[in-house]
Amino acid sequence: MMNRDINGEGRKLNRGEEEEEEDEDEESGRGRDAWERAYADERSWESLQEDESGLLRPIDNKALHHAQYRRRLRTATTAGIQKGLIRYLYIVIDLSRAAGEMDYKPSRMVVVARQVEAFIREFFDQNPLSQIGLVTLKDGVAQCLTDLGGSPESHIKALMGKLECSGDSSLQNGLDLVHDLLNQIPSYGHREVLILYSALSTCDPGDIMETIQKCKGAKIRCSIVGLSAELYICKYLCQETGGLYSVALDEPHLKELVLEHAPPPPAIAEFAIANLIKMGFPQRAAEGVISICSCHKEAKFGGGYTCPRCKARVCELPTECRICGLTLVSSPHLARSYHHLFPITPFDDVSPSITNIPQKLPKSCFGCQQSLLNPGSLFFSTEIANFQKLD
Amino acid sequence: MSPPVPSKILTDDVSLLMVLIDTNPHFWSSIKPHFSFSKFLSHVLAFLNSILLLNQLNQVVVLATGINSCGYVFDSSSGSVSQRAESLLPKLEEFAENDESLSERDDDSGNGVGSSLLSGSLSMALCYIQRVFRSGPLHPQPRILCLHGSPDGPGQYVAIMNSIFSAQRSMVPIDSCVIGIQHSAFLQQASYITGGVYLKPQQLDGLFQYLATVFATDLHSRNFLRLPKPVGVDFRASCFCHKNTIDMGFICSVCLSIFCKHQKKCSTCGSTFGQAKTLDPSASQQR
Repeated sequence: MMNRDINGEGRKLNRGEEEEEEDEDEESGRGRDAWERAYADERSWESLQEDESGLLRPIDNKALHHAQYRRRLRTATTAGIQKGLIRYLYIVIDLSRAAGEMDYKPSRMVVVARQVEAFIREFFDQNPLSQIGLVTLKDGVAQCLTDLGGSPESHIKALMGKLECSGDSSLQNGLDLVHDLLNQIPSYGHREVLILYSALSTCDPGDIMETIQKCKGAKIRCSIVGLSAELYICKYLCQETGGLYSVALDEPHLKELVLEHAPPPPAIAEFAIANLIKMGFPQRAAEGVISICSCHKEAKFGGGYTCPRCKARVCELPTECRICGLTLVSSPHLARSYHHLFPITPFDDVSPSITNIPQKLPKSCFGCQQSLLNPGSLFFSTEIANFQKLD
Repeated sequence: MSPPVPSKILTDDVSLLMVLIDTNPHFWSSIKPHFSFSKFLSHVLAFLNSILLLNQLNQVVVLATGINSCGYVFDSSSGSVSQRAESLLPKLEEFAENDESLSERDDDSGNGVGSSLLSGSLSMALCYIQRVFRSGPLHPQPRILCLHGSPDGPGQYVAIMNSIFSAQRSMVPIDSCVIGIQHSAFLQQASYITGGVYLKPQQLDGLFQYLATVFATDLHSRNFLRLPKPVGVDFRASCFCHKNTIDMGFICSVCLSIFCKHQKKCSTCGSTFGQAKTLDPSASQQR
C-alpha cells in the first residue's frame, strides 16, 4: 500500500514536474507578455545608436514624428474653427477594483493620478479663465471630490490625499452626478467631462442610454480616455455627445492622450450662449502696504491685488473676489488664450528630394543657426520664407 | 566630473546671454542730440567683452532687431577661437543696410510707425535657446537681454505675449534695458512674468555702468543681489472700442474682446449677446 502510494505520489510528482516543464515551454513559446518579448525576442538594446560625441541618440524617432504629425494635423483642421475658451470641465476618475491593476507601474491609479496632476497644471496654463472639478467612481457610486474651482493646488492636494480603489465603477452614476453639477454653471460656459476609465464594465442602477441622452440634451461634451480596452458604451457616449474616445497603450501614450484635452476643443456655437462677462483688472498693490487678505483672512505685507469694485485684497489671479463676486483677471491671462484664437500658420514639410540637392538649401537653420548639412527633417515657412529644422 | 544627468541641470554660474539690439533708424535719429548709435555701441561692446571675460565658458549671441527683419550678428561660440565683440560691427552694418533696403520696397509694415520687430527677435532668441537645451545634459543658463528704445507696436502684442509665455515655460528670464524716452509696457510685462529685471537708465552717458552692475550677473548670483524691483507694472487692459485703460470691463465669452460698456453685439466676432444661437450660423469667425 505504502509503496503504491509512494509510487503514486512519485508518479504524481513527476507528472507535476513534467506539467510544469510543459507549462514553461508553452510560456516561452507563445504566452509571453509584450514587455518580455521586447527583451527576449526583439532585443531592444541592439537598436541603440551613438552620435558623434558618444551620447545616445533617441531611438524612437518614429513616435516623435508621429506625435508631431498628429499635432500638426489637429492644428490644421481646427485652425479656423471657433473654440470654447471658457470651459467648465469635470474630470471623472475611475477608482474601482480595476484601477488597482499593476500593468501600469506601480498601479493604474497612481499613474492616472500623476497624469491628472500634470493635466490640471497644463489646463490652467492654457485656459486661465476656466474651472475644473473632480469626481471619483468607487464602490458603484460617484462622489464629488472637489467643486469647480480655478486653483490647481487645491484640486491636486485633494486628489493625492484620496487614492484608494475598491468596488465597481458606475458610468451612469458618474454622468448623473456631473449632469446635476454642470446645471448650475452660467450659460456662456462650455460644459465638458473627461473620464479616465480603467474598468472593463459598468454597473449601473438604471438605463444608461437615457442618461446619455440627458447629457446630450444638456449639451455636455464627454470625452473618455480608456486604460484597458475599447468599450462600446464609451464609444457610443463620445459619439453622441461629440467628444473624443481614445485608449492608451502605455504610460507615455496615456500622457499624450490626456494632454490632448488641454487645449480648447472646437466649440459648437449653440452649446454656449455668447454673453458679456463683467470682469475686473486689479492693480498690483505697492510693496510696503499691509492689509488683510480676503482669501486667508490674515494680515499680509506687500504684494497682492486690489479688487476695483470693493477694494478687497486678493493674493493671486485669476480668482473671484470673495466679497463682491467679481471675476478678477490680468491682461496676460486673456492674452494666453489668444494663441488659440489666432494660431500660427503651420510649417510645410520639405520633401526629401529637395534636401538631396545641397545647393538649393541655405547653410543654416533660420531660427537657431544650426548647420543644415545633415538635416533630420526640414520645414519651410511661407511667412518667413526660410528653412527651419524639425525639433 | 559629475555623471551626466538628464534634462535641465544647469552649471552654476555659466551663462548664455542673448542680446537683442534695437537698430531702428527712425528711433536712433529721433534721440540724436542726447545719444547716438555709435556711443551706444561702444558701451555695449565693452559690456559684451566683459561678459566674455567673467567666465571662460560664457557665451554671448547678439541679434539685431530691425524694422523689417531680424538677424544674428554675433555668436561668441562660432569659430575655433572665442571672438571679441568688435567682430560684430561688419555684420551689423550689413544687416542695417539690408533692413533699410527692405523698407524701401515695402512701406506698410502694419507695425505702427517707427516700431521695430521685437517679437521676431524674441522668437529667434528662443529658438536658439531651445537648440542649446537639446545640446546635452550640461549647458549654460540662458537669459535674454533686450536693449530697446522704439515704441511698442500694438500689432505685435499677440506675438510678443506668445514669446513671453514660451520664455516663462522654459524658465528663461527676459531682462530689459529701455533706452528710449518712454517706458515700454510690453517689456515691463515681459520682465515681470518671466522674472527678469526691467530698467530705464536715467543717465544714458553711464550706460555701461548700468549694464555692468545690473545685467551682467548670472542667474545664480542674482539670489544674493538687490536688483531694481518692478515698480507699478500695469496689468490693466485697454478696451477695444476706445483704447482707454480700464480696470473693470466686459469680456465677450466667445472671442475675449474687452469692452468698457455693455453692448448688444461683439464687434470682433459678431456674436449677439444674450440670445441662444439658432442652428443656422449668422456670423462667420474672422481669421
